[in-house]
Amino acid sequence: MATTRTLGRSGEPSLARAHRIGLETIVRREYGRIIRIWGQTLLPPVVTATLYFIIFGSLIGRRIGQMGGYDYMQFIAPGLIMMSVITNSYGNVVSSFFGAKFGKHIEELLVAPLPNWLIVLGYISGGVMRGLLVGLVVTLVSLFFTHVPVHHPLLVVASVLLTAVVFSLGGFFNAIFAKNFDQISWFPTFVLTPMTYLGGVFYSVSLLPDWAETMSYANPILYMVNAFRYGFLGASDVSLGVAFAIMGTFAIVMFTVVVTLMNRGTGIRE
Amino acid sequence: MKALSIRGLTKTYRNGVKALRGIDLDVDEGGFFALLGPNGAGKTTTIGIITSLVTKTSGSVQVFGYDIEHELARAKSCIGVVPQEINFNQFEKIFKIVVNQAGFYGLPRRKALERAEHYLRQLQLWEKRDHIARSLSGGMKRRLMIARALVHEPRLLILDEPTAGVDIEIRRSMWGFLREINGQGTTIILTTHYLEEAESLCRNIAIIDDGRIIENDTMARVIGKLSQETFVLNFREPVSDPPSLPGYVTRMTDDHTLEIDVSKEQGLNAIFGKLTESGHEVVSMRNKVNRLEELFMRLVESRGASGAGGS
Ligand SMILES: Nc1ncnc2c1ncn2[C@@H]1O[C@H](COP(=O)(O)OP(=O)(O)O)[C@@H](O)[C@H]1O
Ligand SMILES: [Mg+2]
Repeated sequence: MATTRTLGRSGEPSLARAHRIGLETIVRREYGRIIRIWGQTLLPPVVTATLYFIIFGSLIGRRIGQMGGYDYMQFIAPGLIMMSVITNSYGNVVSSFFGAKFGKHIEELLVAPLPNWLIVLGYISGGVMRGLLVGLVVTLVSLFFTHVPVHHPLLVVASVLLTAVVFSLGGFFNAIFAKNFDQISWFPTFVLTPMTYLGGVFYSVSLLPDWAETMSYANPILYMVNAFRYGFLGASDVSLGVAFAIMGTFAIVMFTVVVTLMNRGTGIRE
Repeated sequence: MKALSIRGLTKTYRNGVKALRGIDLDVDEGGFFALLGPNGAGKTTTIGIITSLVTKTSGSVQVFGYDIEHELARAKSCIGVVPQEINFNQFEKIFKIVVNQAGFYGLPRRKALERAEHYLRQLQLWEKRDHIARSLSGGMKRRLMIARALVHEPRLLILDEPTAGVDIEIRRSMWGFLREINGQGTTIILTTHYLEEAESLCRNIAIIDDGRIIENDTMARVIGKLSQETFVLNFREPVSDPPSLPGYVTRMTDDHTLEIDVSKEQGLNAIFGKLTESGHEVVSMRNKVNRLEELFMRLVESRGASGAGGS
């Protein structure tokens, strides 16, 4: 094999620069993964969203008439977009990080001089990217079926971003503890999906009986969906201040918890 | 400067297995060091602790003076590691695997691309750069992990059984490559359970068994110790002065007992001749079981077993 080693030793690069490059590398790799397996990452949400729009929007929606003062189709469009953002940001991180644990290539990151918060940030960026990409595609799909007004673009962006961050962190949390593939599908199936369906995607909670409405307010997803819907339609079942406070708190607390678990080596170091 | 300095390192896994029972190790900068031991001795655990994949129970590890407890990032920057088991993403392209690793170590993109090309060429994988890693043969996968470990040009390269399951020809060319890298100043530590491999490559050797270092010396001296046997002789009468046996290393362990180290070339006749001359009557003799030799018997057995098992 081989002969000379022409390239010199690397000097000591500044820490901040090394961190920036490390983060960029993780993000680029995550992006590459989303694009490479687009048939698993980007396509399914398009199919699902199209079916929802056809069935709930066009077929059933016509009979429902108005919901919260808007066409049913217009009402559910933000909900469906948000649902796909939630599912996909969660799904991206849980399968990418668990896959890295399972295939052992998480070790590539663990032996490198990268702090744990940066590894978490890298995976979260991947989840947010997938969430936003899918959200964008589903938005485009919705435009085939209805006209969606945008009242407060900034609120739309802020709420979708925070939601994607929160559920990416959720996916990371799940992946840290998961020991097999069953354990990465358990939570999405039995907790996340029901909570999303009951989180005001398809209806205004004001239509529910009192007890059900009260219970719905304990569901954080309700606040996310409504903040997002408010950005589009200017109407919401909940207070915006409360909604953003909940999202912000979840994001900060979960980030701290996940980084602490990583520092402890939970699920990744012997 | 020490490339690696380990003191009192212990590891007890959560299931209660004591993988390391207090080991000390020093590897000089520029050295070529073998950590030899049978399966389950604690080699991979030791490397895992150095590279922070395994958390230690107690003791200390310094890499080029950086303590892994207080200056972990600096310590990690000095190390390139080739693990025992494949740990790259099998669905990723070869070139990307190496370029990404450079990025994880903070190398700017352009440099990462250059270095990845350089080391993939050196390890004869450049033609395969756009293949998915899974499609590589076993030997190529091993070489890919070497290229990946070298891409940030670490001062210390650690290889965990790099040639296990690799055929002879590739093994020899890998040895040549490692000698070159070491010649250019990179400190190398490798674990192995082939004495031949350690002997042909390394200048220093530590032998680990059941979580303990049982020998730590230059290769020449360890090989010397291996090719000698120790005999224990018992005399009828107590002896005050040890008998003179020029050419042999001897020790009196008590006034009836003499230990003699005999190399394979020396033979025993001369000993008995001399002892008869000096009037020492030998009543019994036995072969002293040598820990090192015992270990090698097991190494040889385990090699035979794994060969027969085809693993
Ligand atoms: N993750 C683990 N959990 C529990 N025990 C382990 C683990 N890894 C290794 N061991 C045990 O620790 C001992 C040392 O193993 P290892 O360091 O892999 O040895 P070697 O690399 O020399 O073959 C063995 O008894 C092994 O079974
Ligand atoms: Mg091992």
